Amino acid sequence: MNNNSWSWETFADAFPIVIQGIGITLGLTIACYLFALVFGLVWTLLRRVPNKPFNWVITWIMEFIRSTPPLVQLFFLYYAWPMIPVVGVALSPFTSAVLGLGIHFSTYIGEVYRSGIDGVDKGQWEASRALNFSTRQKWTKIVLPQAIPPTIPMLGNYLIIMFKEVPLASTIGVVGILQMANDYGAQHWTYIEPLTIVAILFLILSYPSAILIKKLENRVNGNFNKKSALSTIEKRGAA
Amino acid sequence: MNAIIDIFPVLMQGITITITVLLASAFFGYLMAFIAGLCRLSNNIVLRKFTGFYVEIFRGTSLIVQLFWLFYAIPILFGIELGSNWWAGVIAIALNYGAYMSEVVRGSILSIAKGQTEAATALNMSRLQRMRLVIFPQAVRMMLPEFGNYLIQMLKATSLVSLIGMTDILYYGDILRSNDLSQAPMVYLLVLVFYFIMALPLIWLTRKMEQVSKKGVAN
Repeated sequence: MNNNSWSWETFADAFPIVIQGIGITLGLTIACYLFALVFGLVWTLLRRVPNKPFNWVITWIMEFIRSTPPLVQLFFLYYAWPMIPVVGVALSPFTSAVLGLGIHFSTYIGEVYRSGIDGVDKGQWEASRALNFSTRQKWTKIVLPQAIPPTIPMLGNYLIIMFKEVPLASTIGVVGILQMANDYGAQHWTYIEPLTIVAILFLILSYPSAILIKKLENRVNGNFNKKSALSTIEKRGAA
Repeated sequence: MNAIIDIFPVLMQGITITITVLLASAFFGYLMAFIAGLCRLSNNIVLRKFTGFYVEIFRGTSLIVQLFWLFYAIPILFGIELGSNWWAGVIAIALNYGAYMSEVVRGSILSIAKGQTEAATALNMSRLQRMRLVIFPQAVRMMLPEFGNYLIQMLKATSLVSLIGMTDILYYGDILRSNDLSQAPMVYLLVLVFYFIMALPLIWLTRKMEQVSKKGVAN
């Protein structure tokens, strides 16, 4: 097989093989993302605990996870975790990837939640207290309806970012499209075509989603939920 | 404690690679960001579309794919030898983050209040003077915190160059792990701590930049 220049034959040959990895890549993206969404909530709650030293510790743990490479974190979970006495368990490559990338991105997503909650006007909290709302009502009727919509575009962006980070998992043996392409390259001694297919697949999937999220962003900027929360307060006030 | 004393010097061997890759990719990345960011604001439609294409390609695909592509495909496809895997790593990181940061450059310039441009025009400034004296000094301030964040991202991204055979910190960590599996937890923990220590000044710098950017921008 020709390995010195671009060959459409190789491209056609590699395509069906590389695309076999797409299910794993997409599945891993969704699994990591859902894990990060849920675990992000844990950070947000931990940061709201009214204790200064505790907050300081949580902030620095988040900072540590966020500013160290996810690749090393994957290696740590996959190679090092089973070696740790007492708590160590061997994890499959897929599970390591979900935990590693999920925890890494949960620190970003925790910040998104926080900025959403911080973005709710102070007067809204005061008003709901003045109207004698219970804690649950305050959160479900006033705070969250206003805090969540502005964060939706950001959360959507993180889904795309996650999709682009997932090929890292090929380094610990998760056979997504990148690993398929590398295997093909090693077998046929040509990397251009399989790697180009991977790049094209990424563009096809991530570019339209980015445009969708931009549209969503424009809609959310309309602030439609602020109105409905205000009207809840008004109704309560009138009653 | 003994383990740390054994592992530490081995990891230290990789630190030069990590730091030189970071510095070079930061330099070329910021350069790319300004070039692409300004080109996308240009009146020339060809220039605008072309840089738009570059930005979408590099933001739409994954850094690790770009790195492999540059390392394996470019030399074969165009007959260009990038010289070494060092350059492949630096170019991949610089082009990738340059594309992201060009949006920061573009956004900051666009967000400068319109009245500023109008006032500068009223004072009979040329297009270049307007950019150089009025818009740019304000826009750069707004870019600083984002630039700091991306610098931390680039530091993390340098760990990928070990995958194309460069002898950075992670590479030495992997060697240590394959020599003695039971050392793995300590090795990777130390690698993480290494990266964190390098990130600390950048975190501090980003916070400083946030303070700077709040001052001196007219609304």
